[in-house]
This record gives sequence, structure tokens and C-alpha cells, in this order.
Amino acid sequence: MLKFILKRLALGLAVAFTVSLATFLMLNLAADPASMVAGEDATQDAIEQIRVQFGFDRPLYVRFFEWIGNVATGDFGDSYYWNQPVFDLLIHRAPVTLTLAAGSLTVTVGVGLTLGVLAALKPNGWLDRFALSLGTAAQAIPNFWLGLILIILLGVMFPIFPVSGDTSWKHFVLPCIVLGTSAVPQVLRLTRTGMIEVLGSDYIRTARAKGFRPRQILFRHALRNALLPVVSVITIQIGYKLGGSVITETVFALNGLGRLAYESILGADIPTVQMLVFFFALIFIVLSILGDILNAWLDPRMRVE
Amino acid sequence: MNTTATAVATMADEIIDLTPKDRMIRRAKSHLGFQFGAIIVLTFALVAIFAPLVAPHDPYLQDLSNRLVPPVWNSDGTWTHILGTDQLGRDYLSRLIYGARISMGVGLGAATLGCIIGVSIGLVAGYMGGRIDQGASFLLTCQLALPSLLLAMALVFFVGSSVTTLVVVLGVLHWQYYMVVTRTLTRQIRSLEYVSAARSIGSNDRQVLFYEILPNLFNQIIVVFSLEMAVVIIHEASLSFLGVGVQPPTASWGLMIAEGKTMMYFQPFLVTVPGVALFLLVLAVNLLGDGIRDITAPESRN
Repeated sequence: MLKFILKRLALGLAVAFTVSLATFLMLNLAADPASMVAGEDATQDAIEQIRVQFGFDRPLYVRFFEWIGNVATGDFGDSYYWNQPVFDLLIHRAPVTLTLAAGSLTVTVGVGLTLGVLAALKPNGWLDRFALSLGTAAQAIPNFWLGLILIILLGVMFPIFPVSGDTSWKHFVLPCIVLGTSAVPQVLRLTRTGMIEVLGSDYIRTARAKGFRPRQILFRHALRNALLPVVSVITIQIGYKLGGSVITETVFALNGLGRLAYESILGADIPTVQMLVFFFALIFIVLSILGDILNAWLDPRMRVE
Repeated sequence: MNTTATAVATMADEIIDLTPKDRMIRRAKSHLGFQFGAIIVLTFALVAIFAPLVAPHDPYLQDLSNRLVPPVWNSDGTWTHILGTDQLGRDYLSRLIYGARISMGVGLGAATLGCIIGVSIGLVAGYMGGRIDQGASFLLTCQLALPSLLLAMALVFFVGSSVTTLVVVLGVLHWQYYMVVTRTLTRQIRSLEYVSAARSIGSNDRQVLFYEILPNLFNQIIVVFSLEMAVVIIHEASLSFLGVGVQPPTASWGLMIAEGKTMMYFQPFLVTVPGVALFLLVLAVNLLGDGIRDITAPESRN
């Protein structure tokens, strides 16, 4: 088990390094950073001056190692657009996004698992068909549009929830529903497939033959095994939720990391954008390692590769 | 009772005699989702291709005296503007029709680019195995870790928003799924008898890859293609909605929703109409993909 954990950690470190390199190269090659800092109307002289002043005239690899070295010691650089350290921006905005991620994950797991289990009880029954159709529909609804429709319906026509801002828990209800819905189809299908497979297996038949009550079989025997693949999907989904927060936070005017990323992109603020991309990737990497370890702990078969 | 048994027997005989192609057609005829998806996708594609012929008005023509005309089902609506006009007096149906070009074009383009990248990596990784395979898997892990929507937003905006940039950026960031499917299938096919047979008559690696393995991946790749196209269409709309995708005055469904957002409390159709179009197209593309999977390989249904 320890060997497995160490191996996953080493792989995670290598992935983190490659991702940071890719992020840095892509964003710094996509546009000339000096003219982006200078702004649209700047003269050539002003751009050249900024290039030297900010050190953009040095080779890319020097700048990359300077950046990643600083990040490793906790210095995330300074934002040109917001005029403050990127670290402060991140700390200040993170709580809103974490609340949003936690809330939407609750929605995803609550709706996805429940519907998945119910659908699997009677494959091809009406509930199963209903759940699958709901999943197909949910997959096709664009996140931002669902947000706007909910704002029109529940925010304005039947004003139950506030539609913009992040000052109370009520502000988070609609955004969490929107962001949570996007992942329901995957969790639903995975749970359903897993449950159908497990419910048809020999040990469930044995449990039935021994006279356990259906509820006991469902929760104590079947669900545990069916949930193994769902665990890894959920850890991956948390990563996607952070990325997806860009749209949801913009639609509902939540001052979180996603909105920070959006505003920083529009402000051509490379230091903040590259740190946010890398930060989201890092969270994804950490979560997938945790997911693998959790799976290996739950199911010893996974430890051998 | 006896007649039912005979009927079933003749039906079984018929099915046994069918060629694989006939069986596929049979399955397609009884697959509602596939038919619905195919009809909608085909309609949208035709409308997009023949947009100048289908559109009742010029989508860019502003008419400030006819702003925010409601759609025809509203009591104030007129048949001249079936879906009304936007805040600049442009015909909404015409803009919707031209918007289909952007959605379909970016969707097809980016999905094709991602397909070429992903299938190439998957083929080589699955066929060669060993270190190359490990390297490809590492690349996959890295790509999965990147927040693709956020990165796409930043790259498109920094490079400069245009349809070409959108296609390239979205294509380059959406190859993972093709790669996983191609790699797994190539590994399975590689050890099959007909591949050894091809090799024993002197086919080289290139010939085996292109003439023996690739044609057998076609069905599965088409399925992935449709599912990825749906994802890319939503991403294009999201980027355009946030103002970092297609730029005004070009008609794109995402952009139309963004432009209608300020008026959505008074004229909800500005937001609902392009949204429904987007929903229908993405739903149809998904249903088509699921349908093709069920028809070509019914055993892989779950």
C-alpha cells in the first residue's frame, strides 16, 4: 500500500510539473506579454520599455524556472491588472468557490446516486426510462443558459432566491443547482450500470437466499461495490466543478475564483490567469491521487497494476 | 398459439438470413432516438449550409424603428418577423439560422481536429505499446488535469477571437476521449488473427495500422466524434456568451443569448429561443451518437 501511494505521488509530481510548463508556454506564446501589459494604444517605445522593465526580454525557459521556483516557495507573483499579489487574490476569493463546489457536489451526488440506484432496481422500467431521459436532457442543457432560465423563473417571476451576489446561503442555491446538474448524467449512468451489474452477481443471490431483507442487501451488500467507480468519477468531477465555476460565477455574479479568472482574462493579466489554471490543475491532480488511494483502500484489487 | 409460434419461427429465419448491413438497417428503423437525432442534425445542417436561401431577412440589417418586435405567438407579433427582432431591430430567425453555421462549423471543425490528434496518438500508443504507450498515457493524464474551458477562454482571448482560433484551440484541447477509445481498441485488435495473417503475408506496420486496424475502429470513432462535437458546441456557445468567442456582429447562439441577457426580464424570448436551438442541436447530436453505438454494436449498450 505504501509503495502504491509513493508511486502515485511521484507520478502526480511529474504531471504537475508538465502541466505548469504547458500552461506557462501556451499562455506566454499566445500573445506578447509586454504589449498586453502596455495596453492597446501603447507606442512601440512604451512596449519595449515595459518588456525590459518586467523582464519579458529574457528567454522563456529562464522566466519559466523563475516562476515555478517562486511558486514552489509560496510566491505566486504579482498581478498587473489588480495591482496586488496573486496569492492574496486567491486566498480572498477561494471561500466562495469552495462553497460553490461543495454545494454543487452535494446536488450531483444526491440526485445522481438516488436516481441511479432507483433506475437500477427495475432496468427498463418507467423509472429507469425517466432517469435516463432526464440524464440525456441534462447533458444537452448549456450551463449558462440553465442559469439564466432559473434566474428568470425563480429569481424574477417567482422571487424565491436572490440571483446575484454571495452574501448569504440563499445566494448559493441556484448556482449550486446549475453547476451540480452538469455532472448528474455521468454519476447517474455509472451508478445505474454498476448497480445492475452488482445486483445480478452471485453473492447478491447468495445474500438473497440467506434471507436478508431487500433493503439490507441493497445498502449493505450492493451499494458498496457499485460505488467504487463512482468514487473516482466524483473526485474528477470536483476538478471540473472548479473549472466550470467560471461560467456559473459570472452568470450569478459570485466573487469567486472563476469570476476572478474571467476578469483577469479580460484584463489580459497573464500572472493571475496562469496561476489560476495551474492551481485548478493542481487541485485536480491532488484529488485524483486521493481518489486512487481511497479506491485502493476500499478495493485491494486496485493496488496491483 | 400455433400460429404465433410459426410467426416467431419465420421471423427468426428472416433475421438469421440477414447480412450484417441489413441487421443494422433493421435496428436503425426501430431506434427512435437515432431517427430523431438524425432528422434534427440533418435539418440543422441543411439550414446552416443554405442559410442565405432559407433566411427571410439579412441577419445584419439593423432597423431601429422595429426594435424588440415580439415573436409571432405573442399578441403583438407579426409574420414578417416570425421570431421577432432583437434590440437593434435585426430579424431573430435569420440570426438564428446564420448562428447554426457557427455552431455546426466550429463543432465539426474542432471535433475533426481533436479526432485527428487523438486517433493518431491512440493508434501509435496502442500498437507500439511499451515506453511509447507509457508516454502517451502520461500526456493524457496531463491533458485531463488542465481546466480545458478556462484555458480555452484564456487562449482564444489572448490570441484574438475568431472562428479559426476557436476551432484550433477547442480541437487541440479535446483529443483525450478519442485517444482512450482508439488505444484500448488497438490493443485488443493488435493480437487478433487477421492482423497476424496480414503480417505473415508481408504487410508492414503502416499497412497493418491503416488497412487492418483503422477501418475496424471507424464505428467507435464516429460515436466519440458525435459526443465530442456536442461538448465542443456547448463550449463555443459558452465562450461566445462570455464575450471571448465569436465577436459581434456575427450571429452565434451564445452571443445572441449574451446580447439578449440585458432585456431578458421584459423579452424572455431573446434568451429562450437561441437556448432552445442550442439544446435541440446538442441533444440531437448526442442521441445520434448513442443511436449509432446501439446500431453498430448493440452489445456495448451499457
